Amino acid sequence: MGQIEWAMWANEQALASGLILITGGIVATAGRFTQWYFGAYSIVAGVFVCLLEYPRGKRKKGSTMERWGQKYMTSVVKLFGPLTRNYYVRAVLHLLLSVPAGFLLATILGTACLAIASGIYLLAAVRGEQWTPIEPKPRERPQIGGTIKQPPTNPPPRPPAEARKKPSDEEAAAAGGPPGGPQANPIPVTDEVV
Amino acid sequence: MMGCWVLNEGLSIILVLSWLGVNLYLFIDTFYWYEEEESFHYTRVILGSTLAWARASALCLNFNCMLILIPISRNLISFIRGTSICCRGPWRRQLDKNLKFHKLVAYGIAVNATIHVVAHFFNLERYCWSQSKEAQGLLAALSKLGSTPNESYLNPIRTLPMNTTTELLRTIAGVTGLVISLALVLIMTSSTEFVRQASYELFWCTHHVFIVFFLSLAIHGMGRIVRGQTQDSLSLHNITFCRDRYAEWQTEAQCPVPQFSGKEPSAWKWILGPVVLYACERIIRFWRFQQEVVITKVVSHPSGVLELHMKKRGFKMAPGQYILVQCSAISSLEWHPFTLTSAPQEDFFSVHIRAAGDWTAALLEAFGAEGQALQEPWRLPRLAVDGPFGAALTDVFHYPVSVCIAAGIGVTPFAALLKSIWYKCSEAQTPLKLSKVYFYWICRDARAFEWFADLLLSLETRMSEQGKTHFLSYHIFLTGWDENQAVHIALHWDENTDVITGLKQKTFYGRPNWNNEFKQIAYSHPSSSIGVFFCGPKALSKTLQKMCRLYSSADPRGVHFYYNKESF
Repeated sequence: MGQIEWAMWANEQALASGLILITGGIVATAGRFTQWYFGAYSIVAGVFVCLLEYPRGKRKKGSTMERWGQKYMTSVVKLFGPLTRNYYVRAVLHLLLSVPAGFLLATILGTACLAIASGIYLLAAVRGEQWTPIEPKPRERPQIGGTIKQPPTNPPPRPPAEARKKPSDEEAAAAGGPPGGPQANPIPVTDEVV
Repeated sequence: MMGCWVLNEGLSIILVLSWLGVNLYLFIDTFYWYEEEESFHYTRVILGSTLAWARASALCLNFNCMLILIPISRNLISFIRGTSICCRGPWRRQLDKNLKFHKLVAYGIAVNATIHVVAHFFNLERYCWSQSKEAQGLLAALSKLGSTPNESYLNPIRTLPMNTTTELLRTIAGVTGLVISLALVLIMTSSTEFVRQASYELFWCTHHVFIVFFLSLAIHGMGRIVRGQTQDSLSLHNITFCRDRYAEWQTEAQCPVPQFSGKEPSAWKWILGPVVLYACERIIRFWRFQQEVVITKVVSHPSGVLELHMKKRGFKMAPGQYILVQCSAISSLEWHPFTLTSAPQEDFFSVHIRAAGDWTAALLEAFGAEGQALQEPWRLPRLAVDGPFGAALTDVFHYPVSVCIAAGIGVTPFAALLKSIWYKCSEAQTPLKLSKVYFYWICRDARAFEWFADLLLSLETRMSEQGKTHFLSYHIFLTGWDENQAVHIALHWDENTDVITGLKQKTFYGRPNWNNEFKQIAYSHPSSSIGVFFCGPKALSKTLQKMCRLYSSADPRGVHFYYNKESF
């Protein structure tokens, strides 16, 4: 299992734990269980964990499927720099967050799941993984005629073969490439490409 | 057009709706039973409706846990597919969707588990509260029952509760429930599509936590904490009369103390059958593991593809089937699926393995694909093979016209198929129902599949020798090239054979225009049923399904496209 990026699984696990914490917290608060204030804490912790874990990190190799709408959270998570990049920090953070929820029955499953996620993040950190944000690729606008700096300097009608510099069959392959060598044109040529 | 869609998709929808219907029926029926049943009246006094919610979802959980192991019993499915009793046409196609059904049932388990767990949180909380000092009246009286020797208890929490978590961990049901929930969460988070693609091994290994899941499920109800009044007690103790006279239960003869008993665990009855079935599957795999596999030929193709020819006693296959391969030298627990690329008429079976991850890279290295030195036969690692397991391509011969579309590595099942067609054409005795095959192959990098181009070349020659040049019509689409390749292609445009593949049929560049292709095929075969077989990425699968629906005519005598997808 050498090539597994454990952080990928840890991320899914932590996101699921966040949702479980929120659910348990709502149940405890709505039902007014004893010590329901732990439930309120659990909702807040769950929301925080979900927001932190929602943007997926970039895989080391291959392409990463982004979650829908994750780019908004990516910019926020990116702001914290090493705190969110480093998985040791995440492992400790998740472990600490999970402890108070363990005091209430309704959220104990969330505690267990988040603790497991913390363990997997620790494993990921030990193997040197890091969270890298998925940046949107800058869209390259196809420059129409961008590589054409100047029009062909030897358009037809051309002077006879001995004056030509290139053999004829190479013209079929290269398209729009700059021609070799200046040539005095018998007819003036204007650049029509914008 | 609508009619065809209904025919193609209709059976799947009916099956899904039936499953949903059974779930709803079980849920609602159990819910009302627990809400109205006399023997649970006193239990409801303490717990309210959450008892019914928990029990109803428990029954649905039993039902779904029973179902979940069946779609992945591959040998059973292959067996059903092989017998032609009920399995022609649309029913056969449903067998191909076994993994989708497995996922659907898993979602059902997740939903019911959520309801069950939340309901039990409330139940436990209410039991604890009833046993605490603040409880009064009927609640307190009911909770105190069971303190004296000839009384049976109702409230499973017998002493003053410290907190609900400790009480949970004191019961078998509580501990096993926690373990089951954890197992379920771990299985589901490691089975998301993203993790499966990132690391198939992690998905495979973590999924085996299902063993813990089923074991815990079997013993989950052993504590018998769902308690209802016994029938004897009900006949002696009139609830409507005695309900408010709880202070006099001990003394008054008209209202003897109600007796309670716990519900017998029933989960094991539901899951026993499928667990035994699946255990048989694994035993079959173990037995196949013991069988000897002889490697007769190893070919290392330059683009990181390893071809292995093997022999095994009693091995019979059909084109399009796949096998699970295990190599003890690499990992004793992992079995990886590979499509068979040889035809059934050959006396060996072969697979083509591309280095795509840890295990495959290790395999290639073990077989000396990387180095230059020849491996001695006795140095080759021992392989174990399980299978073959059925897949959709065996249906190709049942249609008069078949369209086979492969994208990238998805071409492997079609290798076996085309070879099989070649052999069948050579045996002139039995005329085939299949009279025309269209083959489309879309790949980004032709180098990765140069082994397949060889096969096409020999097929092309063979077909022209037999005078059957119009039987197979294939189109190769190359979707990726660089500048140098483009120049090279342009230079050799006018030659007889294709510059990339060396075949007479020229390679096309860019993606196929499916509208045109389907239109052309529909036009050429106006009143046939045409089977469409595809192996490749999901996006293209959706496109092709759409095409099949679009170009199938509404007239039952007109052309009909039937879509079959290959999946692992």
